Amino acid sequence: MSRKGSRKTAFIYLAPAMIVIIVFLYLPIILNFMNSLYKWGAMSTEVKWVGFKYYKQLVEDDTIRVALKNNLVFVITSVVCQIGVSLVISAVLESKFLRRWQSFFRTIYFIPSLLMITVTGITFKMLYSPTIGLLNPVLELFGVNTSNVDILGSAKTAIWGVAAASQWQFIGYTVVLFVVAMQSISDDIYEAAEIDGASGIQRFFSITVPLMKNTIMINMIIIITGAVRVYDEVYVMTNGGPGRATQTLATYLYQVGFKNDQMGYASAIAFFVFIITFILGLFQMKGYDLGDD
Amino acid sequence: MKKKISHILILAVLILFAFIIILPLVWMVLTGFKTNTELFLEPWKLPEEWKVENYINAWNAGIGVFFKNSVITTVGSTALSTLLACFAAYPLSRIRFKTKKLWVIIILGGLMLAPQSAVISLFKMSQVLGLYDSYVGMMIITGAFRIPFATFLIMTFYKDISVSLDESAYIDGAKTRQVFWRIIIPLSKPIIASCAIVSFRAVWNELMFANVLLESTAKKTIPIGLVNFQGATTTNWTMVMAGMVIASVPLIVVFLFLQKQFIRGLTAGGVKG
Repeated sequence: MSRKGSRKTAFIYLAPAMIVIIVFLYLPIILNFMNSLYKWGAMSTEVKWVGFKYYKQLVEDDTIRVALKNNLVFVITSVVCQIGVSLVISAVLESKFLRRWQSFFRTIYFIPSLLMITVTGITFKMLYSPTIGLLNPVLELFGVNTSNVDILGSAKTAIWGVAAASQWQFIGYTVVLFVVAMQSISDDIYEAAEIDGASGIQRFFSITVPLMKNTIMINMIIIITGAVRVYDEVYVMTNGGPGRATQTLATYLYQVGFKNDQMGYASAIAFFVFIITFILGLFQMKGYDLGDD
Repeated sequence: MKKKISHILILAVLILFAFIIILPLVWMVLTGFKTNTELFLEPWKLPEEWKVENYINAWNAGIGVFFKNSVITTVGSTALSTLLACFAAYPLSRIRFKTKKLWVIIILGGLMLAPQSAVISLFKMSQVLGLYDSYVGMMIITGAFRIPFATFLIMTFYKDISVSLDESAYIDGAKTRQVFWRIIIPLSKPIIASCAIVSFRAVWNELMFANVLLESTAKKTIPIGLVNFQGATTTNWTMVMAGMVIASVPLIVVFLFLQKQFIRGLTAGGVKG
């Protein structure tokens, strides 16, 4: 369809979205890099060129290392739970004897992912609380001495407590994604394998996983990217504490910028986040079928 | 027989898991009906007297205002991003022109840009542009981050609509505008609904921009409102819980009624390819 004036028409339809995207998505990234080369703050009027000083500071900053470690905790727990455990649950839900119950379980597992992370965060903060929570009474039922258990109050356990809340919330989300993808695998393949005597576990590893390779890869990247960006859970539950024990890249850049008013350094951290997520994004793009119409 | 036992075991594990998922939710709802004393002393018991006042108090103590702000921001942002995506997806899927590939890359590239790495610039920009502490600012900025995915989703759908429909309309003398509004948009209603639901969910739950771009309490949305509410009323936990239940109801209701559209929207990004 190459009609006269089709180029002009195309641009009329494209322009509004493109202007918004370029101004509010792309421009901030460029400005962010420039902002990272100056010392400046929202509260002060002083603006001073510092060059790449903040990038050097970033490499030497201990808190960045703590944040990277915490982001890594999120990456690992999320991949294990939201890919590994979710895949197993969805394969089980797709097995024939469970089909009748599938939508019941799916709906229940999915509900937490509809909540605001704020809501999940506050709920778990309260569940973990030694005074009003349910966790310690539950542990006591199993005979654990809970007088010293304060998940979010201890620097060692806090990040795991936060990550656990996040897994509780999002496991069901990928279960639904995977079940939908598995439904496109024909029953005949499974039946043939069953006749050949393949066990459930063999069928899972030699049919389900290979046929779902693309879906698994794309979701893995989406989940890892999410774990690098993680902000809400930490902000709500611990605000980076105790001390700096649960700081992630995103909460740390928020604190440096908006609490300590070191906007230049915060911009450098933001640029670092951009680089990581951009590289992950390139892998994600490879997974999508862009098509050349 | 052996098979039957393993089936029962699997079912038991699934039920246990469902129980773990449900327990915090039930606790949240029940606590919303309790008194503070009950919360501290009787963690396992049902509320002695169901205190509906908690919900009314939470609503009057600020949740009502936050709720209204969230509705305004979310509806505005969803409408804006979905509409612009409907427009942009049209030439990208149904008109031939030279620089198309570049624009597709710009749209998809937007998916890779983390809001976290733009938040400081956007804070500064919003002050310069007069978008700081305003509903419009929140709508545009949260909406902008929804456009890439929305366009991608709608574009994929448009591609599957038969081209012969457009062609016969053009032969009958229709203009592009008419083809768009009378053929493409009506046929795309299902994907537009899915797309709107996905964006609605994302914006309704959005915390970071609300935290950074809104200053006055009168304009705050529920996610950030709840965080502040919780900090301000550390003694009144049951009211906080009631507020959280109120905040969660809209999406759960949408999900239960529009499950099909909801799932289609969520899976489109993860299952493709």
